[in-house]
Amino acid sequence: MKRLIIKDIEKCVGCGMCMYACSRRKGEAGIDSSGILAVSLSGFERGATVIFCNACKEPPCVQVCPTNALRPRKGGGVVYNEKNCIACGNCINACTIGAIFRRSNGKPAVCIHCGYCVNYCPHNVLAFEEVTAGKATEVKVC
Amino acid sequence: MLSRVLTVDLSSYTYSIEDRGALFEEWLGGVGVAVQLLKENMDVSADPLSEENVIVFAVGPLTSAYPLASKTVALFKSPLTGNLGESHAGGRTATSIANAGYGAIVIKGRSKKPVYVVIDNGKVHFRDARVIWGIEDSLIVGRIIAEKEPGRGTRTVMRIGGGGERLVRYACVTTETYRHFGRLGLGAVFGSKNLKAVVVNGRGSRKVVDRESYRDVYDEIFRLARESDAMKKYHLIGTAVNVNPLNEMSALPTKNLKQTRFEKAEEISGESLAESIGRRIACSHCPIACVHIAVLRLPYENEPYFYKTIMISYDYELIYSLGSMLGIGSKEGLLRLIHRVETYTLDAMSTGVCLAWATEALERGIVSKDDTIVELKFGDCDTYLKAIDYIVRQPNDFYRNLACGVEHAAKIYGGEEFALTFGKNEMPGYHTGYAAHIGYLIGLRHSHLDNAGYALDQKLREYPEPEELVGKLIKEEQWRQVLSSLVVCFFARGVYRPEIVCRALRPLGIEVSEDELNKIGEKIYLEKLRLKKQMGFDVSKLRIPKRIFEVETPHGKLSEEYIRRALDYYAKIVSEV
Ligand code: SF4
Ligand code: SF4
Ligand code: SF4
Repeated sequence: MKRLIIKDIEKCVGCGMCMYACSRRKGEAGIDSSGILAVSLSGFERGATVIFCNACKEPPCVQVCPTNALRPRKGGGVVYNEKNCIACGNCINACTIGAIFRRSNGKPAVCIHCGYCVNYCPHNVLAFEEVTAGKATEVKVC
Repeated sequence: MLSRVLTVDLSSYTYSIEDRGALFEEWLGGVGVAVQLLKENMDVSADPLSEENVIVFAVGPLTSAYPLASKTVALFKSPLTGNLGESHAGGRTATSIANAGYGAIVIKGRSKKPVYVVIDNGKVHFRDARVIWGIEDSLIVGRIIAEKEPGRGTRTVMRIGGGGERLVRYACVTTETYRHFGRLGLGAVFGSKNLKAVVVNGRGSRKVVDRESYRDVYDEIFRLARESDAMKKYHLIGTAVNVNPLNEMSALPTKNLKQTRFEKAEEISGESLAESIGRRIACSHCPIACVHIAVLRLPYENEPYFYKTIMISYDYELIYSLGSMLGIGSKEGLLRLIHRVETYTLDAMSTGVCLAWATEALERGIVSKDDTIVELKFGDCDTYLKAIDYIVRQPNDFYRNLACGVEHAAKIYGGEEFALTFGKNEMPGYHTGYAAHIGYLIGLRHSHLDNAGYALDQKLREYPEPEELVGKLIKEEQWRQVLSSLVVCFFARGVYRPEIVCRALRPLGIEVSEDELNKIGEKIYLEKLRLKKQMGFDVSKLRIPKRIFEVETPHGKLSEEYIRRALDYYAKIVSEV
């Protein structure tokens, strides 16, 4: 299964185009439902990066979800069923990399690896690809 | 619709939120709404550095909805000109305000002690800033606040450094390290209010009324922004690409406009600086990433193998004001000056023009070295670095006066003929012809961005009658009122043509025709002009610096008579408002 991956994080300019795309899927102008966050690295003088679900094979967020609102997704990461979600926020605390965000209604926003945002990253930082063996990020030796 | 207005009162440490749907319906948002809010909240005779001054930040209906709608408009009374102050900044300011659910934020009053204000979605906190008051470097202020406050990635930190605290009348407010409410002294207004910073954190959304057409129009705008020539200039070399062509056509103000060509322009050109680019960054929701950041690696003189590496963002205006205007022909010198001005949160254009005037005043013996403390000399970077420190710290009367701007300093010491201000605002970097200069004089904020006179100069082969030229400038400025009410980045003006603006508004539930848009632009223009008049604006009092007639432009030397006729005509228009 394809998933959202990073091609070259060094090229990220922190524009958040990806972040706006993600909420746009839901007919929102804004970022309430975005499962990806663009941040600076403690100030833009040090550059920028994006934070989103790393598609765990064994997702801790699923493990702590009391209602099965989050379930493992084939190919890594999660599928999210809003109806079951009681907005407990356990998953938000469980994700080691902080890739689950709290929406204004208290429920989580998480990347479901749909690939929509990739088309809006102007600098080819992101890609939507099949990841076969283990690691998504291509290892580059400088 | 984004129509909530947050009002923060620093005197009483209270805040209130009000829905102002009708206001936003009539005036769109941005500058249109901000003018009305300023009128409601501020006495026109308020002293700009007193408790009575009011700051309005406003965003518009396109903010967070479409790419390149990345700007916030700030309106206040300017401590530099004593008249209406308007300044725009990008970074995350606009999207954070919109995502926090506000169309505008009004800040009034004055805190007794230093504070910074945190607006976290629906809540407002007043934080003690006594510990960080006195930190002159805005980068450090930003880092400290960022570590303490929530909202990584979704907040803006608008702050002041030493320039704002010491009430330099052209101090700016810096956000996200490199973006600024640059002109007309908002930083000093912050300082006078004991306001070190305003943090806005926003993570919300608003629902569009038509999801499908929203995505279609979005895609069209996104494609236009990326593919059209309209934005290439900003995407590649950035605004610095202007240095070489302006120099070649004798339009680059050099050494206090004693020259319009700079022998070392090549060295500080966009092409040359591009060799030092260390990284590019973007304002929030902008695919262009026009913010070009150069790397400067400086060795420590007495400590071998120790270096400091600084990242400095540059643009055309900074290269002009701290480069050619000061005769600085070395890339390293220029970058060091930009960095110094950046840390203090000073407006680079005003600072450069002030120093250029001071240098010439010293050359001519109007002021002495007792005044300037250092031997100011065109091309001497180290001396200018010290002088910038003095502008902030103001160790004597001369620097106290220079910190009030060139208009003020020249009134005291003389040298008005070469004091390059227009409407008391220091000159931008285009000596391209009549349209630029008339544009600075009659533009509502005396800025090159009001009406882009410099673009007209480059397009026109022959000048029309001055009256016609004034008409063209006003027309452009009226359309720009629409752009800054929506609010979109002026760099994207080629993308946001009237037709597409109307289509972009529709899925958001706003029906307006091209004709109506133009009418709103006219209306806002008149409202602003009226407000300016009430604050004392008088065309007959506009001073034209003699210097601009003494040097070449691409159209040869300019005649004063033409500009006088233009002003007479404009005075008539103003009197009818
Ligand atoms: S949200 Fe976090 S914990 Fe859950 S699958 Fe993604 S990376 Fe793993
Ligand atoms: S892949 Fe889909 S869900 Fe994940 S961040 Fe992008 S748009 Fe959002
Ligand atoms: S769209 Fe691309 S460049 Fe912009 S923040 Fe997202 S990943 Fe970074």
